Amino acid sequence: MKKRSIVPYGPQHPVLPEPIHLDLVIEDEKIVEAIPSIGFVHRGLESLVQKRDFNQMVYVAERVCGICSFGHGFGYCEAVEKIMGVEVPGRAKYLRTIWFELSRLHSHLLWLGLLADGFGFENLFYQCWRIREKVLDVLELTTGGRVIFSVNKIGGVLKDVDEDMLAAVKDMLDKIELELKPIVKTFREEKTVRSRLDGVGVLTKQQAHDLGCAGPFARASGIKSDMRKMGYAAYGELDFDIITSDVGDSYARCDVRIGELFQSISIIRQAIEKLPTGDIAVPVKGNPDGEAFIRIEQPRGEAVYYVKGTGTPFINRMRVRTPTFANLAGLCETLKGADYADVGLLILTIDPCISCTER
Amino acid sequence: MDENKKAPEFENTIVQIETSELLAKAIELKKQGRRLSQACAAYCEEKLELSYSFADDENFGLLTLRLVLDKETKVTSISEIFPYAAFYENEMKELFGVNIELIEPDYKNKLYRIREEAPFLK
Repeated sequence: MKKRSIVPYGPQHPVLPEPIHLDLVIEDEKIVEAIPSIGFVHRGLESLVQKRDFNQMVYVAERVCGICSFGHGFGYCEAVEKIMGVEVPGRAKYLRTIWFELSRLHSHLLWLGLLADGFGFENLFYQCWRIREKVLDVLELTTGGRVIFSVNKIGGVLKDVDEDMLAAVKDMLDKIELELKPIVKTFREEKTVRSRLDGVGVLTKQQAHDLGCAGPFARASGIKSDMRKMGYAAYGELDFDIITSDVGDSYARCDVRIGELFQSISIIRQAIEKLPTGDIAVPVKGNPDGEAFIRIEQPRGEAVYYVKGTGTPFINRMRVRTPTFANLAGLCETLKGADYADVGLLILTIDPCISCTER
Repeated sequence: MDENKKAPEFENTIVQIETSELLAKAIELKKQGRRLSQACAAYCEEKLELSYSFADDENFGLLTLRLVLDKETKVTSISEIFPYAAFYENEMKELFGVNIELIEPDYKNKLYRIREEAPFLK
């Protein structure tokens, strides 16, 4: 038997600024086992729900994470609206969909940039983030915020958009669609990129299912699951397919997310085209009394929101199960058999969001 | 958009079970090909409420098994059946003080690096 060593990896490490720790059991340069530790930035945001009015809690939910911010506010609102039997107006549903997909766009572009940085292609990193800035610009134009938008409320949305704003969004989509082409070509055809991603960290469909993986990470292994197909917000009226790959390696995870960039562009265009007129919110009376589980598709995958109210303005329990939390077991499996040099890249391929995971 | 048109309804049910039934139900749901979507605890009226949600990915269904128990009641981990349940169960143990046995791996209150014991149990 070869000699085994345990190498501590993190919580501070070069892959991403958020802390996660792995104890890597290695034989020579190969990983035999990875044991994760989290909890370095646990904030206990879920417990704040007992000290904030259920309307104020929307703003806390949005601050679970800076990248998935919109989705967290949205998921919380959907759960409370389900408990209270609130039917959100059509225009608000479409606006939520547009903002959600813009969030997905900027999240995937952020990830592509980080991936490029992870394998040392800095120019590609800058190009991805340069395009991401344009998405953030229209988010600022339409919501007033670049990272945390604060547009969700129980019963609808707080802000409306006018024709000029929609024209700016469409113009931005046209531009970035063109600008993405050479970048996508580099990811798909550049030998140095493919040599770092092809065949690295393979996760089979069966493994992805058995380990409860979610989102693009699972879809890259052939799991055809996308919560948007449940039809919440305006997704039920928009045309899109679930993007999957059967390969299950690091490149497949990259390719699925690239496909989802263009998918988001298409969804936003459809939503703008079909955006109905009318109110953006309905008045909400009373307090939530009951419980609900809501599942939505965050950029990183299925997120579960559980809210339990007891008829007072203060909710008894809010729980957010984030996609990164679900993907930790899958991450450990992909690390088995990998080279030590690929650990950083493999952590990136699940698109980890530790702020979400810690809450 | 048709104002009256609502998103289709999918299975989203909560079924209360006895603590002793958990393992058998988990095995049954595993055989059905369900995925553990989440597990969490809540503390309400001096009782702990554990929720294990199992997703049917083919049909977007979600079945939640609900256990209502006293703080001292022991629960056997389902991490033998769903290995990734260990993260959820360690979380319930550390934040709510749920007495879960045989979690594999058991982080022994080190999943979250917090000083207070069972901070959500208030």
